[in-house]
Amino acid sequence: MEPKKPPQDFTLRVRRYDPESGEAPYWDEHTIQLEPHRSVLEGLLQAKGRFDGSIGVRCSCKAAICGSCGVRVNGQPGLACHTHLGDALKTAKNGVIDVEPMGNMPVIKDLIVDMDAVHWKKIQRVTPWLLADDENMPEREHIVPKEAMVDVTQTMACIQCGACVSDCLSMEVDPLFIGPAALAKSYRFVGDPRDTQQAERLKDIAEDPHGMYSCTHCFKCIEACPKGVAPMSQIMRLRRRATGDHHIKDRNNGFNHEKAFVKNINKNGLLHENDLLADSFGGKLNPASGLFLAKSLPVITRALLRGKATLKVALLHPHKAPADVKRIFDTIENRDKRNEFNLYISGTDEDNAPNQPEEAPQNGAHAGQEATA
Amino acid sequence: MPSHDVLIIGAGLAGQRAALAAAETGVTVAIMSKVHPVRSHSVAAAGGINAAVSVDDDWRSHAYDTVKGSDFLGDQDAIEVMCSEAPKEVMHLEHIGVTFHRNETGHLDLRAFGGASVKRTAYVADITGQAILHVLYEQLMKHHETVDRYEEWFTTSLILDAEGTCTGCVARHIRTGRMEVFTAKNVILASGGAGQVWKPTTNALICTADGIAQAYRVGVPLMDMEMIQYHPTTLVENGFLITEGARGEGAHLLNKDGERFMEKYAPNKMELASRDVVSRAEQTEINEGRGVGLNGEGIYLDITVVPKKRTLEALREIVNIGKDFAGVDITREPILIRPGQHYIMGGVKTDIDGATPVKGLYAAGEVACVSVHGGNRLGANSLLDTLIFGRRSGEHAAERSKHMAMPVNDDAILKRDEAMISEIINRPKTGRRISEIKDELGTIMNQKLAVYRDEAGMLEAQEVVKRLKEESRSAYIDDRGTVFNQDVLGAIELGYMLDAAECCVLAALERKESRGAQFRTDYPERNDEEWQKHINTTITADDEPAITYSPVTITQWQPEERKY
Ligand SMILES: Cc1cc2nc3c(=O)[nH]c(=O)nc-3n(C[C@H](O)[C@H](O)[C@H](O)COP(=O)(O)OP(=O)(O)OC[C@H]3O[C@@H](n4cnc5c(N)ncnc54)[C@H](O)[C@@H]3O)c2cc1C
Ligand code: SF4
Ligand code: SF4
Ligand code: FES
Repeated sequence: MEPKKPPQDFTLRVRRYDPESGEAPYWDEHTIQLEPHRSVLEGLLQAKGRFDGSIGVRCSCKAAICGSCGVRVNGQPGLACHTHLGDALKTAKNGVIDVEPMGNMPVIKDLIVDMDAVHWKKIQRVTPWLLADDENMPEREHIVPKEAMVDVTQTMACIQCGACVSDCLSMEVDPLFIGPAALAKSYRFVGDPRDTQQAERLKDIAEDPHGMYSCTHCFKCIEACPKGVAPMSQIMRLRRRATGDHHIKDRNNGFNHEKAFVKNINKNGLLHENDLLADSFGGKLNPASGLFLAKSLPVITRALLRGKATLKVALLHPHKAPADVKRIFDTIENRDKRNEFNLYISGTDEDNAPNQPEEAPQNGAHAGQEATA
Repeated sequence: MPSHDVLIIGAGLAGQRAALAAAETGVTVAIMSKVHPVRSHSVAAAGGINAAVSVDDDWRSHAYDTVKGSDFLGDQDAIEVMCSEAPKEVMHLEHIGVTFHRNETGHLDLRAFGGASVKRTAYVADITGQAILHVLYEQLMKHHETVDRYEEWFTTSLILDAEGTCTGCVARHIRTGRMEVFTAKNVILASGGAGQVWKPTTNALICTADGIAQAYRVGVPLMDMEMIQYHPTTLVENGFLITEGARGEGAHLLNKDGERFMEKYAPNKMELASRDVVSRAEQTEINEGRGVGLNGEGIYLDITVVPKKRTLEALREIVNIGKDFAGVDITREPILIRPGQHYIMGGVKTDIDGATPVKGLYAAGEVACVSVHGGNRLGANSLLDTLIFGRRSGEHAAERSKHMAMPVNDDAILKRDEAMISEIINRPKTGRRISEIKDELGTIMNQKLAVYRDEAGMLEAQEVVKRLKEESRSAYIDDRGTVFNQDVLGAIELGYMLDAAECCVLAALERKESRGAQFRTDYPERNDEEWQKHINTTITADDEPAITYSPVTITQWQPEERKY
């Protein structure tokens, strides 16, 4: 980790908007003094405390746990309290750190957006409470597998900050899209063995034209999320459960495509795109699907790579013999349990990789969502 | 003018639990919070919640540990209620959806916590508070037809009628600046603690003693206000909390010689002695020159002794905190910590149903003092306190509502508060800034009302608080608007904090002994003869606190020497 540095000057350019003034939004600059490992929120609070108390920003915990301080820093959505000033400076234009309200939600004042109008409405959409079997409630706790509870912890860890909603590409195009946070919330119940309505929940979000098949795998939500919830991964898991476990019709053929992709690599060791197209669309090629595939290929590749560190090795080293690839497949597929992306179970590449190699592959789980190819 | 049978101020764990319990009885309920409910400070609770759910455990053992932890200042009738009802409450939480972590057999897993004789802390990784708070909010969304939510409404005052019964409150809609009178047959204060009175603190920016001061101002006594918990493991860097769960999972405390110094102070429980004991031990090591870090101001917390896989699944949040806020990978190296302000045991005096001495006014959670924590709260007992007494006050207030008519309020307090706000907004920019006063308050409290205290230091703090109170009357703000004027709310909060500080200092000066979190170097012994009693502070006509006493309830455990 970087050694601590002394305080230095940072200039924050804050997007201001006063709804009572009748004026358009404008930029406002303040220079604050803090150590580079302090957060953008601390910078804003210093500006507020010393120069201008009227800067509007929601905040409470300062520790990335209450979910109040979602903003955009240099255009990137995230938590102000979870963004180091030093890091923000690295992505700043002309040495000035831009702080703006989140996107996809109406601005109320300065950095404060209307979460109720968008984010919470969408959460409400997914029946966000446990539907347990009320008639047969056990006297004590439900007996459930240890792993199941650790597994849903990743979605339970969502602090409802809205950072993922801010820059969701699909939502920009289709404001009715249920969106990353609400779909992750949905997984919190679909993955919870105590819930009795998993098939109904999946059917509901599968059939909704603005439901889980409207996600275009743009990865923005994974990048934005400060808590490792990885909404897109949760959406992929929802889809897999819907088609794989409940035979719910897939609106855009993603499941078949994923299967074809895996089959293709298994067979060839490297990706043969021609086969892939044919396999995933059952041989029926049409220009539209070709276009779709061409667009989504890098994304899907990346998705698989994130999940499977071993596959990454196989793909990035072209001279690896197909035999090795086959062995990898055999190992993965012969496990009893489905291989899932899960931060709490497997940690991140960063957690696992260096200096303790014997610990790297843990009980068949993948590296988590921070592993980027 | 909104009217409800039961109005709850505060939407942390205590408030939400109260709302759900009251709604279940069929009365009309509203819950109000100055931040969106899931932003409440309960979300930060990491380690877990205590309950004797294991077959080898007994609630009496939990109760005894709590009494001992309180240094025999806790009221034993209240402690018995809390501990005996704990298992049922935890099962209720499990039933409505809390994702408590399981052991290999699929039953609730339990972790060790400080001051407990067995493992009895149920948990969800190290996001227990968040998991419970979000699940309660799921229930509020489910019951949206029976519980009205007023989110981002700031309560400014409680309203009492001519007989001195509480009949509602005045609040400001933060988004529009509109002020409104809320009428209620019963009001439950659940507005949390006062951590911001200290600097640094583990508490969120919103923990500004609002409810404590609002109750105090209408004449409700505050009890045990001298009892301030310093948590043994807060980051030297910025005061953030490292959960006791880390020590529960086996982490060690080391001084500059690499010595596990707790051997000297608590040979049996070691790192898992009560918090007051561990914090004092650390402070002694630091004061005697065995600290580590820049000015020897810290102690090492060594989590590397916990198996890495366990750390990743059970202490994920502090892995992140270490990485993001201190630049330390806790799975590889020790992290610098020290005692830091964390919790206020004292608060609005209530009985075991949450009722305060003012009719129609209840209090639950950190704002209240039942008193189950006495001189020192055990880790993972606070979440329990919020839920048990939140539920009990919700039920009790609902029951009381059924036998009475809706009160009628005029707008006198509303007018007074509107005038107060416009006076603040229109102040000339000649006085001090609110933020300066707040900093000075936090700094002096952290110097003089910390782990070790003495009369001279506290008298100095008292003088400073008095002066700051004066200065706060002319302190100016910048924001003159109505929409989301956080500046003016900050000025109001500062007033609450100063009231709470004043009561804390007075009570601490009054208690001339050492017990629980209060250690006085000028009175280093516990003195049961004279001081096994609660100190209450009540407002007087000239706006200053006066002291009264009330007895400690003892049921089955006589005071004894406290050893860990
Ligand atoms: C970092 C940290 C970790 C902790 N870990 C644990 C743990 O592991 N186990 C444990 O038992 N305890 C733990 N605690 C203690 C515990 O979290 C708190 O004591 C408890 O959550 C307090 O809950 P509450 O419901 O009383 O108040 P809070 O959760 O603080 O809620 C207060 C509510 O009141 C509202 N409010 C306040 N003022 C106003 C106003 N003027 N108008 C309107 N609304 C208002 C707020 O908006 C909020 O909704 C921890 C505390 C901290 C700081
Ligand atoms: S991956 Fe899907 S859900 Fe996530 S931001 Fe992109 S479109 Fe939205
Ligand atoms: S999924 Fe992540 S980014 Fe989205 S609301 Fe939850 S915590 Fe925030
Ligand atoms: S202030 Fe709580 S998440 Fe940033």
